[in-house]
Order: sequence, then structure tokens, then C-alpha cells
Amino acid sequence: MELTGAEIVVRCLQEEGVEFVFGYPGGAVLNIYDEVFKQDTFKHVLVRHEQAAVHAADGYARASGRVGVALVTSGPGATNAVTGIATAYMDSIPVVILSGQVPTPAIGLDAFQEVDTVGITRPCVKHNFLVKDVGQLAETIKKAFYIAASGRPGPVLVDIPKDVTQYRAEFSYPKSISMRSYNPVIKGHPGQIKKAIQLLLEAKRPMVYAGGGVILSDAAPQLTELVRMLGSPCTNTLMGLGGFPATDPLSVGMPGMHGTYEANMAMQHCDVLLAIGARFDDRVIGNPAHFFQEQRQIIHIDIDPASIAKRVKVDVPIVGHVREVLDEMIRLLKASKEQPDQAALKTWWTQIELWRSRDCLKYDRRSEIIKPQFVLEKMYEITRGDAFVTSDVGQHQMWAAQFYKFDRPRRWVNSGGLGTMGFGLPAAMGVQFAHPGATVACVTGEGSIQMCIQELATCKQFNLPLKIVLLNNRYLGMVRQWQEFFYGNRYSESYVDALPDFVKLAESYGHVGMRIEQPGDVEGALQEAFAMKDRLVFMNFLTDQTENVYPMVPGGKGLSEMILV
Amino acid sequence: MENEAGALSRVAGLFSARGYNIESLTVAPTEDETLSRMTIVTRGSEEVIEQIIKQLNKLVDVVKVVDLNDGLHIERELMLVKVKAAGKDREEAKRLADIFRGRIIDVTDKTYTIELTGPGSKLDAFLQALDRSAILETVRTGASGVGRGDRVLKL
Ligand SMILES: Cc1ncc(C[n+]2csc(CCOP(=O)(O)OP(=O)(O)O)c2C)c(N)n1
Repeated sequence: MELTGAEIVVRCLQEEGVEFVFGYPGGAVLNIYDEVFKQDTFKHVLVRHEQAAVHAADGYARASGRVGVALVTSGPGATNAVTGIATAYMDSIPVVILSGQVPTPAIGLDAFQEVDTVGITRPCVKHNFLVKDVGQLAETIKKAFYIAASGRPGPVLVDIPKDVTQYRAEFSYPKSISMRSYNPVIKGHPGQIKKAIQLLLEAKRPMVYAGGGVILSDAAPQLTELVRMLGSPCTNTLMGLGGFPATDPLSVGMPGMHGTYEANMAMQHCDVLLAIGARFDDRVIGNPAHFFQEQRQIIHIDIDPASIAKRVKVDVPIVGHVREVLDEMIRLLKASKEQPDQAALKTWWTQIELWRSRDCLKYDRRSEIIKPQFVLEKMYEITRGDAFVTSDVGQHQMWAAQFYKFDRPRRWVNSGGLGTMGFGLPAAMGVQFAHPGATVACVTGEGSIQMCIQELATCKQFNLPLKIVLLNNRYLGMVRQWQEFFYGNRYSESYVDALPDFVKLAESYGHVGMRIEQPGDVEGALQEAFAMKDRLVFMNFLTDQTENVYPMVPGGKGLSEMILV
Repeated sequence: MENEAGALSRVAGLFSARGYNIESLTVAPTEDETLSRMTIVTRGSEEVIEQIIKQLNKLVDVVKVVDLNDGLHIERELMLVKVKAAGKDREEAKRLADIFRGRIIDVTDKTYTIELTGPGSKLDAFLQALDRSAILETVRTGASGVGRGDRVLKL
């Protein structure tokens, strides 16, 4: 049957089993919106800014493991979406973005609301398409979903000129797709996997360093089993939190700039490092020259060959899907007659416990002013570690990562790679859509929350009972911290003046607002807020303005050169 | 790579975004019109070249990447040079073109345009040999390369 391009778009989304489309209408996508109006298999979520559409689709994808979908108009719609797209790109999140474009005959003529969307987004998408022929539309959308979700996932944008949404073509949706130029590797090389097992069994000081790849490939059970079989310490990166239970004694917390002392020291001093779906980025290993250790052997599993040996030399590279490779490793370990060296492990753990006893996350519990860490500790207790937590970017993000112990994957949603302030609230909306009954908290700062605060309206419209935990220090705290440490206390433009009354603000959007000023009121406020299952509660905690995130590896320094509290 | 609009910009964009250097880049469709073949001349340490190959392979439009330096290969580049050819320069230009097996493909009473094909180093040598002030214009295509003997890049 012949369908219009707009009808085809809607049919494709239905074929993909899409539940939610996060979007914002405009001239170039009016035909598509008309078809959206006529159907009810998926729900369209009207956001208040296109950046939020992509963040929400991204949050939905992170929490559900499915592809998120955003729909925006041409020109400003597309440019507004760019921050969201780049955010998803840096964290390898599968999102399909459909953007309207001016009609094909107008392309290149500086038409109203024309931008070169494919050109602008090229460096921050996994792939993108401009569809000039309605006959290609269905197959292109199929490819977009396939590319977004397979291999190392990422955002894929499909730019659709308005006339293409009007023209008709025979509709048939391909069941599967194969592309000669795109064939992600799945299975790891058997010889390399054997070599890795051998190294791990011979290790005296093994260490597992697991990143976002474990979450993206749904390999948390495999990682957990493997680490327990090895009896080795495990550190999970900011992107990998929840990949291994944080409450397990084998967990040594997060590595990196604001990681724990024990994780960083173990990373530095192990003799065999097993890196899984992690990329040795600058925030994790600090200075690569300092990180380098002659005797340490590195095994690196990643689906993206380009991530291997990019920043550090690797002894055993294994390209493959993390879950598949870990399954194979577990199988080999079970079949092996050899066991990890228990005596060596015992010595290694004695050392690690010594590092751990440094209690690097300690803070002043008797403070008269609310400590942000205290709020997060209490929030962890009250939600029994069972909430989905999104965050924005800054000190609050690091404290949330340090103090909320994630035992399960896909519970922690943050912009790790791009570090996008404004991500937290719209991402939380996406998470809540993915898990309607779940407790979803957004930990934020007064700087970050104001970057997408308009989404409080979306939350009202769709009755999203988010819990916003604002750690309000009246500073762009992370900036202030760097200025204190490295710029002689010159707090240039980091004081956040003229703050709104957040309680009134929340109320004006139809939500519940709370202001908490005393440490003694923290627990009660959290109890009350999290008990309100059907309301969005905006908690404004006035926290210590001078608190800093510790420990800290200063930029350019090595992991064993941390500043400790 | 796929003969798709935008494929070239993806490659060019990759090089500029990641700070890799491009000495030259040539591209044209092949006998299979769905495919284009590109020859890139670049420079870098072994690690950088390895990264470049991996990053190129990651581009969805790229079907296959080979490093021609992994084996014997042939490399050719075409250059057109317009030189002054009046008075005594005329003889000299003709003589040099002959020595380098160049062809004079356009003639006026004041200029010659010389066509020269070869590896980049030969073209460089020709330019060196010419009197700098005699050169009016040069245009080079950048190198195209192919493996020697049975070595074939095919799908
Ligand atoms: C869009 C954007 N702009 C600027 C920055 C740089 N930046 C990183 S953290 C930070 C301060 C964040 O302040 P706030 O949200 O109040 O959180 P706090 O650090 O105080 O917890 C800034 C400005 C950023 N990450 N993102």
C-alpha cells in the first residue's frame, strides 16, 4: 500500500515497538505530527525544549535498555537538540533522532529554518542520514534503529525534508538489515580470551576495572559472577556504577578524579588489570605517563576496537561484546583446574583494606550546616538503595556517585562523558516513563537545575512524581572548588546570585516544594517527600557552601597523587 | 567506501576532529558505482596510524581500510605545472620536462603546461629542478595507490 512519508515515519516507529516519542513540533514536521495525532500505539511526550527531548529519550534508553526516540523540527529545533545528541554520543547511548528539514528543493537556499543538520551533527552522532527519497525512508529508519542499538551504541539522526513527508511510497518495513560496511564484532578472539584467563589465574594482585560497557551490554550478572570467581577487587567507573554491587565487599568504589583512595591505589598497584567496557579516559586514569607501570599487564575487553590502545598500551586486547566475552571467560574458568592464588589474594586484600581504612569519603557528621554527603546518605537509606537516580553535573554528581551505593545496573543515570548541566531533570522524566511505578530521584545543583527547569511543566502535564533533590550551595560548586584549589580563591563568576524561591517556583508549576535548612530536618523531609508517591517534590536543601569533593586527583596528576581530606 | 553523499565529509571531519594530519586525499567512484575508493596519505607514529585505521573502520560508510604500507605498493600522482616559457626559459623547460618524462600539454608563446605523473617524490624533484621563478602555477591531485602484484583490495 502506498503511504505518505509522514505515515511511513509513524508506521516505522510502530514496527520498532516504540512506546514513547519525546518531541516538539514545528513547520517542517507538521505532516509527521498530524500522523502522530491520528494514532495511539505510542505516546508523544511534549517537552518544553528540544534539548530536553533528547535527554529524556536518552534517560529512557539508559534506564530501559531500549532505543530512545526524539522528534524535532528543522533549524532551531535541530540546533537545540545538539547538546542532547552530543551527550548521548559521549556516553554511547542508543537514541534515534528524527529531525524535520526544509523541502528538498529549498535545501541550500538559506530557506526559513534551514540548517545543515546532517553537517552540524556529524561529529556527534554514530551516524546520520538525509532522506531525499520517500522510497528510502522506511529502510533508512530501520538502519537508524539497527545502528543505534548494535555494536557500540550511539545516537543516529534521520533528517527528513518536509516534501518527503508528503510524497507517497509503497510501505514495507524490512525485518532485518545487513550492511556490508557495518558489521560489529560480537565474539571475542578465543586465543586472546584464553590468554586473559591464564594471566588472571597467575595474578598476584588482580584488579577489575569495569565501565559503562558492562551496563550497555547488560553484563552485570556476568561481571558479578566473574569477579566473585576471581576474588579480586572491582572498581566501577562513573558510567559503570551498578555493574557490580557496590555493597559487595569486593567492591572498592569508583576510580578516578573523585574516586576512592582504595580504588585508585589498587588500579595503580595491581599486577593484572582487567578492563571491561571502559576506556581509560583522563578523568579515570589521570596522567597516562604516571599511570603506566612496567610490570602491570592489561587485559582490555571492548566492543569498539578504537577504544583499545587509545590512551594506554594493552597487553591482551579482546574485541567483542562484553557479555559474550565474559560468558566465555566464566566458562573457561569453570573448566580450568587452576584456581586463583589464594595466598597472594590474601596479601593483596590486606593491602587494600589498609587503603580502605583511610576512610577517604569521611566528612564532618556533626556539622551545624547541612552537609551534602549527609543528604545523599540519608536518601540512600530512605529509598533502601532502590531508587533510580539521575544527576546533573558538578559536585552533587560526584557526591551522588560516591554516596548512593548502586547494587544494580541502569539505576544511575548521568552525563559522564560530556558532563552536561541540565541533563538531570529531563533524563529523570525519561527514566520515569520507562519505569512508571519506580522511585526516581534527580540529584542536582542550583546551577544545573536552572538549565532545563522548564521541564517542570512537562512533569506536571504527564504527572511524573519525580523527587528533585537540590543540593543548594549557592555556588557553581565544582567551579568554586577548582578556583579554591588552583586559582587562589578567586571565585570568578561562580556565585549563583538572584536565585528564585524554589518552593514557590515548584508550586507555581503545580508541584510540592520544600526548603530544608537544618541537618536535623533532613531525614524527615526526605521521608515525607519520598512517601508522596504521586507528586513531584522539589526539595531545596541549603547545604554547606564551602564543602569540597574529596578525594581528588588534580588534573594532569597520577592516581596515587590524590588530595585527601 | 559507500558512494554516498557525505561520506567524504565524514572522513575529512574525522581527520580534523581528531587532529590527524592529511597530506593528501583523493576519491572517485570505482567500476562498481555504489563504491568509491579513497587514497589518503597521512603521517604519524605507529600508534596514531593504528588509531586512524580503527577510527576510519568505525565510520559506517567505510567498507574496508587497508594500510598500503603493510606490503609493497605503487603510488602515483598527477601534476600540472604551468611554467614561463619565453626566451631562454623555453629551452630549459622543455629539456627538464623531457628528463622527467613529462608531457607538454598546452603551449602559448609565453608558457608551457607540463603534465607529470609519478610518485610524489618525483613530482617534488621536478619542482626542485625547475627555476622557482619560472613556475607560474602548480596543481597536484594527491596520490592514488594500489598494492603490488596479486595484492587486491576487493570486497
Ligand atoms: C552546560 C554546561 N556548562 C558549564 C559546565 C561547567 N561546569 C561544570 S560543573 C559546574 C557547576 C555546577 O554547579 P551546580 O549545578 O550548582 O552544582 P554544584 O557543583 O554546586 O553541585 C559548571 C559550571 C558544564 N558542565 N555544563
